[in-house]
This record gives sequence, structure tokens and C-alpha cells, in this order.
Amino acid sequence: MKTTYRSAVHDAIADAMRADETVVLLGEDVGRYGGTYAASKGLLAEFGPERIRDTPLSELGFVGIGIGASLNGLRPIVEVMTVNFSMLALDQIVNTAAALRHMSGGQFSVPVVVRMATGAGRQLAAQHSHSLENWYAHIPGITVLAPATVADAYGMLRTALTHPDPVVIFEHVALYNLGDDLESLEATDIRTAAVRRSGGDVTVITYGGCLPKALEAAEELARGGIDCEVIDLRVLRPLDDATMLESVRKTHRVVVVDEGWRTGSLAGEISARIVEQGFYELDAPIARVCTAEVPIPYAKHLEQAALPQVDGIVAAVRGLFGESPR
Amino acid sequence: MIDFVMPTLGADMDEGTLDEWRVKPGDAVTRGQIVAVVETTKAAVEIECWHDGVVQELLVPVGQTVAVGTPLATLLEPGESPGAPSARPEPAAAPAPAETSPAPARPAPSAPVGHRLWVSPVARRTAVTLGVDLKGLTGTGPQGAITLRDVEHAAATAHHEKPAPPPTPPRPATAAPKSAAEKARERGAAMRASIAAAMSRSKREIPHYYLANEIILDPALAWLTEQNAGRPITERLLPAVLQLKAVALAARKFPEFNGFWRDDGFQPAAGQHVGVAISLRGGGLVAPAIHDVSEKPLAELMADLTDLVARARAGSLRSSEMSDPTITVTNLGEKGVDAVFGVIYPEQVAIVGFGRPAQRVVVVDGGIRVATTVQSSLAADHRASDGARGALFLAEIDRLLQRPQEL
Repeated sequence: MKTTYRSAVHDAIADAMRADETVVLLGEDVGRYGGTYAASKGLLAEFGPERIRDTPLSELGFVGIGIGASLNGLRPIVEVMTVNFSMLALDQIVNTAAALRHMSGGQFSVPVVVRMATGAGRQLAAQHSHSLENWYAHIPGITVLAPATVADAYGMLRTALTHPDPVVIFEHVALYNLGDDLESLEATDIRTAAVRRSGGDVTVITYGGCLPKALEAAEELARGGIDCEVIDLRVLRPLDDATMLESVRKTHRVVVVDEGWRTGSLAGEISARIVEQGFYELDAPIARVCTAEVPIPYAKHLEQAALPQVDGIVAAVRGLFGESPR
Repeated sequence: MIDFVMPTLGADMDEGTLDEWRVKPGDAVTRGQIVAVVETTKAAVEIECWHDGVVQELLVPVGQTVAVGTPLATLLEPGESPGAPSARPEPAAAPAPAETSPAPARPAPSAPVGHRLWVSPVARRTAVTLGVDLKGLTGTGPQGAITLRDVEHAAATAHHEKPAPPPTPPRPATAAPKSAAEKARERGAAMRASIAAAMSRSKREIPHYYLANEIILDPALAWLTEQNAGRPITERLLPAVLQLKAVALAARKFPEFNGFWRDDGFQPAAGQHVGVAISLRGGGLVAPAIHDVSEKPLAELMADLTDLVARARAGSLRSSEMSDPTITVTNLGEKGVDAVFGVIYPEQVAIVGFGRPAQRVVVVDGGIRVATTVQSSLAADHRASDGARGALFLAEIDRLLQRPQEL
């Protein structure tokens, strides 16, 4: 079955709504317009305005509505247009959704799923292009997902809708047109990282929109005799340390590729965990490939220059080798 | 800045494999100091440095095969301050090493002076497990750091050295470590090929002429007996030492037999560095030099000869010994042959042979006598000398051996 990341998200919402009448979708332009990224196209016709709700341009308001609905027995999916706009809803997500189970001594559960687009590459300029996943990954009480494949775009959303606590899902804007040929779409776990390419010389750890770039870099490096293992984090909180460290024990070298800015980044957190738990396995310093520390530029060439690219990943990997890859 | 290059250790050598570094960046070196060991097709040869200075950067890692003339290291001249390590092209790879793994292009490793030894965490941990001493290892990792591979390589080398001197560390990227026996066989084959190349070249290029002369040895042997009576067994002189000295002195008097035929001309050598043909136990042959033979007393020559034979057979010759002979002496007397006519080692121009000393009937002053004689021979390059001069050269050796007290 040939499908795309966009269709997989759409189908996950539709299938979940068919399977469970408590699942509802709300957000800006999700109904009549079919979603900014067309992830909810046609759903208003099938499920009606009771379950597919267009909201005003007020992230603080409609994310709060989603949290309230979840506290009262629904399974809301809240779509936020981009992570930049979700800043307006940080209070709802951080102070309310993430904290209520703990503040209520376990009495209240907040099973809300907040989906949002993230990342750059589509010339949407600085206010629509940032990668702030790391801010959410900092917060205890929520699960943070970054599906990077078509299978995960479907599978992780389905599983998130069965999770008892808040889940934030980041869909990278560059992935919506990603295609794949799959036998079927199924729920996938929301706990583990995945090894997307096996290799013995160096571990490239990445997630989301950088995964295709990392895999392309790995192919180029393989032609030069360097065998990369590529890990897709999938889950940004809680991080799957075991998968990363198992790989480090094999390759002894690590490059982290992260579309966030280097300063205070997930890449930094991952580096620290590997050093804490795997220092004596390292044969070279950990290298990071991150976005240039500027607001994402609008001009196409500047935007591309600011982001992690295949060339930069290849160079970072090669920099970990002195004389010979083995 | 001085480039320390892969030396040529014989006319037939066009590449060498770096077996071992005996120095590291920051070490002061003096002229004549042994700084590395290089594996040639003939032996593992200790390489001397010909400058005083301080090692700045090691450019070629252990195990790499490079062409003659490739810079192996850079030295700072005395008083020179270290600049930034220069960006350099990769060392010129010697042709046909089938075992090189494809490696991406990258700058040569630099090992800046002045920080503690950089060792990766896993390399340091593994060094403890494998009992590898990190001092003296050359790092091949980023910024010249010692990596896991360097430690594993050093451990494998140490493991292979114990049972089988001479040391020949396995090269990196070979599929499996080779056994000592395999390596000995390989070296034997390589040496055969190298002798074949040199001797073919000699017979192809050098117009040899041959002369022979029977030398009465009685005065020399009588003198030796007298001399050796007062010496401990280990310091006794052998007739071979007299022959070496006589050849050197004759070569000083007849310089056209002492030097090299290069670039269509004869280049006489400044000193008489006599190559001594030494057969190796596993087969094959080397002819390293004893330096300045004409200047040295016999006792010193005897010690030099003993040392040279022992080291040749142990495979630990020095670079200058391999590359410096200006004339060669071959002595097959102890193998029982009456005479030997040698093949000149290019680019030298002469080789003197000695057969077996034996009692033979000779005519002296019109009377028949039994005397101990030895057949001397000269094979010389007709481009550099003519038979008449060769006859005088051989006669001079005879004359000198009749006056051993003057040697």
C-alpha cells in the first residue's frame, strides 16, 4: 500500500475516531479547511462539527479546552499549527496538562494529544520554522514524540490516543510528503528508539526531519568505507538511553544530528547521557550537527545554509576518524 | 623545519613499511640516533636520523607502506620554534598494497606538542585490559589521539613479537594476524625477489670482468697465531678481518674500485665502507657495510664484524649499514669452495671474493713447497675500471696480506 506521511496522520485520526467515539479533533482550520497541512481533509464531512471543531486563533484557549475535555472523559486531539504558535499554549501544557496528575495525587488524568508541525525548510520564515521540541522534552509529566517515518506517523498517533497522560507529537513539515510502501498501518510503541540502519563504525543519532538526511549521509559515507548506524530517537521524552548506549558500545563514536540550536539542545542532553553512561566506550569526542544559531532565515539559500545538511553530517562523521575508519 | 624521509636502503628498494617509531613528537634527537624501524623486503632495518633537532610531527603511522623519499616526520632544527603543523598531502602510497582499506580523504594526523597524551576513553580502558603501555604509541585518531585501534594494533604486535624475532608487526586492515612462520615465508619470498631484481640488474647493466690471484697466507696466519695467543677466545682475530682491511686499504689506493656508477658516470666514495656478504639462516643474503674499514684497527673490525653478522641474522640492521657499502667482499671459504667470482651489487663497481684457505703445492723461488693459499678474485665494472688497474688492485691486496703487521 503506497501512502504518505500526511495520509498516515489523516488515517490515524480517522481510524481512531471510528474506533472510539470519545476521540475528537480541534484546532485552527482543521474542519472546513481540512487542516493547514491537510491532515484532516474530509473528516468534517464524515464525523460532523461535534467531533471536528474549528477554533478561534487562540492557542491558550483551545489547548485549554482540549485539556478540560480530556479531564471530563474525552480523548481530544488538539492540532496546533506550528510549534512557534504553541508558545501561547505553554501555560496550558506545562502548568496544567503536565502537572495535574502529580498535583492531584494521581486523581486526575489528562489524556490529551497535542499535535503540532515543527521545523524549517519550506520558506515560512522565523515565526513558523523553529524546532522547539527540546522545550517540551524538558518537562516531566508529558510524553514527547517525533515520528520520522510514515509507519510511525500513523502508529505513534494511534498509541498516543491510548496513553493515560498528555502526549505532544511533533510532525516535521518536510516529512508530510514523504512516501512509503507499507503492507498495513498499525499502532507502534511510544517508548523506544529505533535503529534505522545498522553499522559498526559510528552511531548517528537523530530524529524527525533530520532522519532522511542522516540516512543519505550514511549511504555516502558507506561508499567511502565508513559504516554508520543510524538511530531514530522517535521518543524525545523519555529518551531511550538503552538503545543509544548499546550502539555506542558497538561503534565507540557518536554524531548527534538535531535541527534545534546547539545551545541547550536535545543534542546536548544526548551527549551528556552518553558521556555519563558510556564514557569508557568512547573512542572519539561526540560531535553535534545542529542548526546555526540564528532565527531561521526566509531566503531559501540562507535557510538551507542554516539547517543541518547531508554534507555537514558527512564531514562531522569523517572528523571522528583519524587515519582509518577501522 | 627538516623533513625526515623514507631512506633508500639499497638500490633495489623503492618502498618501505614503517614498523615502529622509536621517537614521539617533542623528543630531542641527535645525529645518528635510531628513530624508527622500517621493514624492507630484506630485513627490519633500524633507521637513523641525520640531523640534530626536535621531533615535531610523525607523518606516517606504524604499518603504512610508503615510497622512498616520502616524508616520515618533521623535525624542528635546534632553536626553531614550533609553528602550526603544516597541512600536507597524504603520504605517497606505495604501489600495490592490496590490503589498503578505502579511506576518505582527510588531512594527515597532527600531534601538536605540549599537551598530555591524548587517549580516547575506550582506548585507555582497553590498554589496561590488554596490558599495553600507552607511552610510545602513535595516535591515529582525531588530533592524533590514541584510539582503540591503535591499542589493539599494539597488543597484536607485542603478541607476535615474543615468539618470533625479528619483529614484524601485522599491518592494519589485514584480515587475520599472520603467524610468525607465514611472515618468515613471506619475507623469504620477498628477499628472493629482491635479490633476483638486484642481480638481474647487475648482469643486465654491468659489464663485469673477472681476475683471480692465488695468495700465500702463511705469513698472515703465523702472525694471527702469534697475535691470538695473547687474546681471550672471544677477541681472537679471524683471517677474514685481515682480508677486509687489506681490501679497504687497496680500495683507498685504487679509488676506481670504491664508489658507485650513477648517471652514466663513476662517483668515487669518500670512505671505504666494505660490504660484507652474509648468508642468512633462513636463506637469502644481505651485504651490510662496516664503516671506514681502512681507518679502524683490526680488533675493532673484528668486534664490528661479529656484531654485524649477529644483527644481520637477527634482522636488526641499521639504515646506514644497508645503504652505505662502497665495495663488497664475499667469502665462501668456510663453505669449502676454492674460489668465488661475485656478481657486483648495483650501483657499486667491484666485489672481491675469497675462497677456502688450504694447503696447496706452490712454486716459490724455483722450489716446490707446500703453502696455505687462498684464491682471491675481483669482479669489477668495466665501465669504471680496466683489467690492468684491476690486476694492480688485486696484487695490492696480496702485497698487504704479506705484511699483516702493517694492517
